[in-house]
Parts: sequence; structure tokens; C-alpha cells
Amino acid sequence: MITGRTLLIIPAYNEEGAIASVVREVRETLPDLPILVIDDCSTDSTIDQARMAGARILQVPFHLGLGGCVQAGYRLAHEFGYDQVVRIDGDGQHDPRDIPRLLDTLARTGCEMVIGVRSKESGGLQTHLIRRIGIHFFRLILRPILGRSPSDPTSGFVAVNRRALEVFGRSFPLEYPEIETLVVLQRRRFRFEEVPCRMRRRMAGRSTITALKSVYYVIHVLLGVFVNILRFDGRPRKGPA
Amino acid sequence: MERLLDALAILSLALLVIVLRSLRREHIRVEHSVSWLAASVALLALSRSRALLERFSAWLGLHDASVALIAIILVVFLGVFYRYSRIVSGLKDMNITLTQRVAILEHKLQRQHEEAQDKP
Ligand SMILES: Nc1nc2c(ncn2[C@@H]2O[C@H](COP(=O)(O)OP(=O)(O)O)[C@@H](O)[C@H]2O)c(=O)[nH]1
Ligand SMILES: [Mg+2]
Repeated sequence: MITGRTLLIIPAYNEEGAIASVVREVRETLPDLPILVIDDCSTDSTIDQARMAGARILQVPFHLGLGGCVQAGYRLAHEFGYDQVVRIDGDGQHDPRDIPRLLDTLARTGCEMVIGVRSKESGGLQTHLIRRIGIHFFRLILRPILGRSPSDPTSGFVAVNRRALEVFGRSFPLEYPEIETLVVLQRRRFRFEEVPCRMRRRMAGRSTITALKSVYYVIHVLLGVFVNILRFDGRPRKGPA
Repeated sequence: MERLLDALAILSLALLVIVLRSLRREHIRVEHSVSWLAASVALLALSRSRALLERFSAWLGLHDASVALIAIILVVFLGVFYRYSRIVSGLKDMNITLTQRVAILEHKLQRQHEEAQDKP
């Protein structure tokens, strides 16, 4: 059940091939859920497709990166007084029928964040070797930090409550947010839960994480995790919050 | 060594002139010229004080004062670069915040506009 004020955000960058069906599928499954597509200056018709399918749009004036867009969505949700926010990908990989289960877990366990993870039936991640090695590497790294090893730490299927919204409004990684977010939460003694979900193939286009970018990704995220550990007292950074 | 010091003097003078010219043309803001000006003046002073440089390199246990000189130059510019990394990072933070604010405000305006149109 969708209770309280819930917002669905869909970060999208050049997803004209998939975004309309993603939005329509959500509207058919959960007609009362407001949908906000956060467009990162796409160079294709993503905005028009999303708007015609019935979503509201948040448009950033220049390309911010995935994390910057998700944070903009969290800040907006916080300002508009939403109690929880669900994030799904704009490529059709996530099934909206799983959204109520994520929200249920969020409410039932009282944790700050619920991650929809790839269930066994969905099969392995359809991606190249380097990225798969990177994910295993991060599961190893995260185990001592989080006290447990997340089964799918790069999943973009996430539900958060208002406490998490407040924290993420202040501190959120700019580029590849998923893994660092876990560390940001842990520094606040916040908890996360996992819900196994069906994960599908992306409908159109290609993943933005290519083989070469995976290497950059690993270094970038590793540094981000390390920096978050250094900021052990959880003080927000100096400067604009 | 003499020649190296002369070259350093010329280079730091050139740096000084370039920075002053950029200031005059408003290519560099005054607050961002300070570290360049300080660096060029410091290096100019260093190039004119050979005795000091030799005492310093002896203290470091170096036989060659030119190595000490190059080490000092390196440290000065590392300091300048570090300062600019911090400045750029601060600017980026402000930029992200501003970008997000603009997007959210635009979104709010759009909503108000729609609501006003919906009302008869
Ligand atoms: N706002 C924004 N969204 C992005 C960016 N890069 C990817 N995305 C979106 O983030 C989601 C996940 O990206 P995807 O490439 O599918 O990553 P993967 O599923 O982990 O392989 C999709 O909805 C993309 O449209 C970006 O730079 N900015
Ligand atoms: Mg995807």
C-alpha cells in the first residue's frame, strides 16, 4: 500500500527510447503516485516523451551527473513535504509492481532506506566482466564498513524516508551515488534493508557505464567511500549546504 | 648557478607582468591574483639572495644549491595549485547548489502557472 505522501523520481539522461513506457507502466500500476522525471540536459526528446506520458519534469540547467540530479529530487521532495521517495531507473529495468513492497518494508522495519536488489530468478547482471568484478570488489570493501555485505550495491531501485531525505539533502555524491550513499547512511547509524526484485533488461539505449568507465567508477567510488570514512564525525562540509 | 638564478628572476618578473596585465584587463579577479603575485615576488626575492639559498641547501645537506632552488619552486607552485583546487571545489559546490535551486524554483513556478490556468 502507498501511504503518506510518496514521490517517485526517475533520473534520466537520453532515455527517449524507454522513458515514456516506464512512466506509463508506473501510472497503470500505481495511478496515485506522483512521478517526477529529473532530466539532466538530455540531448534527445526525453523531456517531451516523459511529459506526454504524464510525468512532471525537473530540468537542471546544465549536466549535473546522476547523483546531483537525485539529490535535486530529494531536496525538492523535502521542500514539498513528502514523507518518502522512491527512485527507479528510466530504462525500464525496474518493475513498478515491486514499489509497494519497498515502501512496505520501509514502513514496517523503520529503517531509513530500502534497496530493491536483483533476485535469484532474475539471473546475473547482464554486464561486462570489469563491472562485475568491480561490484564484487565493493561488496568485500563494504562488509567491514557496514557490518554486512550488500548483495547489490549499485542498484538504482531505492526507497528512502524523510530522515534520509534530510541527510541526503545536505550530503550526496555527485556522480555515482549508490555505493557512497550506503556509507553516508552508516555514518549516521542509519539502517538499510534489501528487498529482492525482478530486474529486467534495459528497454532501449545502452548503459552509461561502459567498460572503460567501470575502471574510473571503481577508483572514483573507492575514493568517495574513503573520504566518507574520514568524515567520521558526520559534519557537513563547510560552504553552501 | 648564476645563470639559473637570472633565469628564475626573469621568469618571475614575466609572471608578475602577466598577472598584472590580466588584472588590468579583468581576466583575473583581484582576490585570485594574490597567490600568483605572492609566488612571483617570493621567487624574485629568492633569485636575488644567493647567500640565503646556499645556507638553506647546506641545511638540507645538499651539495648543489640549484636542487634546493628547484625544490623551493616546486613547493611554492604546489601551494598555489592546492589553493586553486580548493577554490574550484568551493565554486563547484556553489554551482551544484545553485543549479538545483534554479531547477526546483522553475518547477515551482511551472506548477503555479498550471494551477492558475486550471482555475476558471
Ligand atoms: N540525471 C542523470 N541520470 C543519469 C545519468 N547517467 C545515467 N542516468 C540515469 O540513471 C539510470 C541508470 O543508468 P544506467 O545507465 O541504466 O545504469 P545501470 O542500470 O547501472 O547500467 C537511468 O535512468 C539513466 O537514464 C546522468 O548523468 N544524469
Ligand atoms: Mg539501467
